[in-house]
Amino acid sequence: MRQATARRAWLYPAVAAGGFRRYATYGTATAAGVFTNTVFGFILAYTYVALWEERPGLGGYDQAQALTFVWVSQSLLAAGALIGGGFQEEMQERIRTGDIAVDLYRPADLQLWWLAADLGRAGFQLLGRGVVPLLAGALAFELALPADPVRWLLFLVSVLLGLVVSFGIRYLLGLAAFWLMDGTGINVMAVVVTIFCSGMLLPLTVFPGGFGEVVRVLPWAAMIQVPLDVLMGEHAGAGGAVRALGFQAGWVLVLLGAGRLLQSAATRKAVVQGG
Amino acid sequence: MEVPARNRAVEGLRGYGLIVAMWVRSTMTYRTSFLLSTFGNAAITLLDFVAIWIMFSHVDVLGGFTLPEIALLYGSASASLGLADLLLGNTDRIGVRIRDGSLDTMLVRPVPVLAQVAADRFALRRVGRIGQGLAVLVWAVCALDVEWTAGKVWLMPVMVVAGAAIFGAVMVAGAAFQFVAGDAAEVQNSFTYGGNTMLQYPPTVFGKDLLRGVTFVVPLAFVNWLPALYVLGRPDPLGLPGWVAFLSPLVAVVVFVPASLVWRAGLRSYRSTGS
Repeated sequence: MRQATARRAWLYPAVAAGGFRRYATYGTATAAGVFTNTVFGFILAYTYVALWEERPGLGGYDQAQALTFVWVSQSLLAAGALIGGGFQEEMQERIRTGDIAVDLYRPADLQLWWLAADLGRAGFQLLGRGVVPLLAGALAFELALPADPVRWLLFLVSVLLGLVVSFGIRYLLGLAAFWLMDGTGINVMAVVVTIFCSGMLLPLTVFPGGFGEVVRVLPWAAMIQVPLDVLMGEHAGAGGAVRALGFQAGWVLVLLGAGRLLQSAATRKAVVQGG
Repeated sequence: MEVPARNRAVEGLRGYGLIVAMWVRSTMTYRTSFLLSTFGNAAITLLDFVAIWIMFSHVDVLGGFTLPEIALLYGSASASLGLADLLLGNTDRIGVRIRDGSLDTMLVRPVPVLAQVAADRFALRRVGRIGQGLAVLVWAVCALDVEWTAGKVWLMPVMVVAGAAIFGAVMVAGAAFQFVAGDAAEVQNSFTYGGNTMLQYPPTVFGKDLLRGVTFVVPLAFVNWLPALYVLGRPDPLGLPGWVAFLSPLVAVVVFVPASLVWRAGLRSYRSTGS
């Protein structure tokens, strides 16, 4: 009994390591992705320079902070699977073909299994596709990166929470295939919302009025906007950091909980269909 | 036996049409998903414009250009890319085809490989982007204060079609690059989608070196910048004479020569994975 529990404890790290290794084999694809993120970083950086020259201090950021926003968000994009490329397409395909039945018979929790695999993938992409674009940006532009190691540590915690929030949303999308059969449409719509509400297109602090206030409390803000603000010290002081990370942790609980509920509804449905 | 060139072109178009029709039928099986993804496709690209619009809620000009002027750039680039993406966009799937060995099946069919690759998984939902781009373009034309001459009117449709052809040539060259580099679809994306993002903003926003690169090396400036500058009566930042605005169709024809040469070279160098 205790042996079984011990094995269980090693299972999810092993799944995560598998996710990491699986993406590590795509060497060319990673290099191509680094190139793309760097090209987009440069294009966006030029437009941000034009905008912040016209309106210094827009959204509460100076120009160096705005440029930091561009380059760090390019570095987080692949890890958070913000424009696709995560696991949910694969999960939807397994649901469509009925292979998901095999996953359900495994002596492992379906949600934790996919979470572990996705965090492994994200970990690789944070290193593989995150570091080089940020270095390129730091070489070409003056960025507002902190020297304080505590700030970087808080940033990494915030990134991790953001990745789990992203997973939580995508897990719901994956499960939606039990009802929709084909996930293409809902995936496209989800990318639309993510691009707009995460801060990837423009910092959410630039969004005007009540609209901006709404966007800043939605879960997507946890993916880009919050980690960036933690990194740049917008939530200064211990209280600010706790509030920022607490906001993300709150969405983690809500989304993973919703995933559990939907999962049990979905598996009941799968049994009825017999596959 | 060498098939006459004209026959090959006709066969290619016929094969392309048949494969496209097949994919359209298959898409229509999941009609809700098709409608959602077409709408989503338009919405995704519309968000780029919403971002620009939010920028203009804080400033009057960006890089010296007003909102209707930028809408002209945005609408034409978006419509051109949408058109190219619809007709040739799926050539970037060739990396997957090479990896899983299914390109071999294409080599033995009596239809040119390029036609098969271009029609592969034809995504009718991409009309969403074209429609949305054209809508913004029409709004721009109405909102602009331009002395319309015959030359300027002529340039509007020519700009969209020639722009699509230039993007298309980049897509074919990018697909050929995957014969050498393997799974590098993202490199292609940084020239097409990245180029599109860049062309949505005025050339004055970007550095001179970048402008030279996209004028003389990968001639994306001919997609819309040079014709649009002529329509708006603005000088080119590189000091090129006004008549170059009319060269886009010629440039489109010229860039297809190296694109088709590298495509043929790539196809000749292809060694099956044997799987």
